[in-house]
Amino acid sequence: MEHVVFFAIAAIAVGSALGLILRPNAIHGALFLVVNLGSVAALYLMLGAEFLAAAQVIVYAGAIMVLFVFAIMVLIPGKEEAGPDPRRGARLLAVPVGALLLLLLVSVVVGRWNVPRGPVGPSGSAGAVGRLLFTSYLFPFELTSVLLLAAMVGVLLLARRGA
Amino acid sequence: MVPESYYVALSAVLFSIGVVGVVIRRNPLVIFMSIELMLNASNLALVAFGQRFGNLDGQAVVFFVMAVAAAEVAVGLAIIVTIFRVRRRLSVDDLSVMRW
Repeated sequence: MEHVVFFAIAAIAVGSALGLILRPNAIHGALFLVVNLGSVAALYLMLGAEFLAAAQVIVYAGAIMVLFVFAIMVLIPGKEEAGPDPRRGARLLAVPVGALLLLLLVSVVVGRWNVPRGPVGPSGSAGAVGRLLFTSYLFPFELTSVLLLAAMVGVLLLARRGA
Repeated sequence: MVPESYYVALSAVLFSIGVVGVVIRRNPLVIFMSIELMLNASNLALVAFGQRFGNLDGQAVVFFVMAVAAAEVAVGLAIIVTIFRVRRRLSVDDLSVMRW
């Protein structure tokens, strides 16, 4: 039963990822990406990472994708890829190279899959993850706030009129 | 119980699709979204590995990746909008020089 659910979600994830890179319209791509992020959140739930599933939906599918859709609306979608591609041959070369990369990744990571199994059942609840973030990962956690502040200042600078 | 290697294999598939998307598309926004796809694939692999080894460190790292991705998207989209404001065009083929 769990396998069936996994393969269904995996099919949705791969299909929406292909939709993102194949559809010419950027807004369709953004919607496909939302579907993909949602299916990855479902996979987090299956892996027991409840906090990350919620954060994925709120941060990625919520905040980041709203930003994307807003930018697409501002930048007039569908006009920029009009006309034939002058470098079509070179770009299509990416497909076999990507297939090669996939083969490499799968053979390296999955082919040698004999790592020992650790103690079962780390709960990915908000409490457990939060305790870890505020103890062992306290310094990087605080650095994150500096990073977000720097990004905010940088964006304000870039978006200033007449910059 | 689905083995963790299935999750890692799916993450490899998503990552490869993201790489192909970055190369074959000309719209910088779609390229950006493909990068998000790759980040997500790596997050999935991290969670799967963490589950395998039975600790939560993978999930903590995923949290940081999400924060960095949010900052990256904000700055990147601001740069793209600024470029569009100056050039009135939006194709990565036009953006081969650093200043003009």
